[in-house]
Amino acid sequence: MIPTAWYLLLAAILFSIGAGGVMLRRNTLVILMCVELMMNAVNLTFVAFSHELGSMTGQVFVFMIMTVAAVEAAVGLAILVELYRQTQSVNIDDFDSLKG
Amino acid sequence: MEAILFFIFGGLAVVGGLAMVFNKNAVHSALFLLLSMTMIAGLYVLLSAQFIAVAQIMVYAGAIVVLILFVVMLLGAELGEIIPQWLTVRNGVMVLLALIFLTVSGTAVYDWLYSTQPVAGTVTDELIAQQGSAELVGQSLFTQYLLPFELASILLLVGIVGVVMLGGWRFVQHRERGK
Repeated sequence: MIPTAWYLLLAAILFSIGAGGVMLRRNTLVILMCVELMMNAVNLTFVAFSHELGSMTGQVFVFMIMTVAAVEAAVGLAILVELYRQTQSVNIDDFDSLKG
Repeated sequence: MEAILFFIFGGLAVVGGLAMVFNKNAVHSALFLLLSMTMIAGLYVLLSAQFIAVAQIMVYAGAIVVLILFVVMLLGAELGEIIPQWLTVRNGVMVLLALIFLTVSGTAVYDWLYSTQPVAGTVTDELIAQQGSAELVGQSLFTQYLLPFELASILLLVGIVGVVMLGGWRFVQHRERGK
């Protein structure tokens, strides 16, 4: 029986890796991947608490987050493809047309 | 045994995440993301959430990573940043911020561990083994959480329409007008 805190610490580590990646990387595709990793870390927390507290609510939440993640990936990548058509770049520093 | 599996799955998930962030090639990053996701699915099995584990593999490994790989191939954007850009003050500050965040969240977990008594719920591992993970999630999803479930379908519809609008509906209209 593994303590729930270990799962929570693992999820915190994964979330930090994702957050660090979002700040560190300039390639928009990799940033989207890092966002997915952060969502996964949150899902792991939900499932760990669901197991700890003996309730199914956490797993239902994870189900909803997966739906949102799928939609987010599809819309995000469509926006990225459209941006690439206009700027011929995936570097996030090149997307500054809202800067004015 | 369970602890060994936890360390294998958890360790590989962390290694996959780190390799994803610190890899120059976006295709390799996506494949390391796949490794990380699969290992997290293994952790779900350890937490006796088999249904979520299968959904994780199907949605993340089967759909999202494939989608990302397709876009990487379409854009030909597999090359990341130039390596000399990596060791800058800005990047150092970012890594530091991530470490501070990790410390804060780790402290929160530590405090929680030593300050609360876990509440015993009704869903135990024995019940899951008896009734099945998918049945229990389904029971919850289609009774208590029916409205969010239906709203998720609307969200998916909005997502589909948005992606079609973003991804080339204009070109279809152009072609039809040209005829």
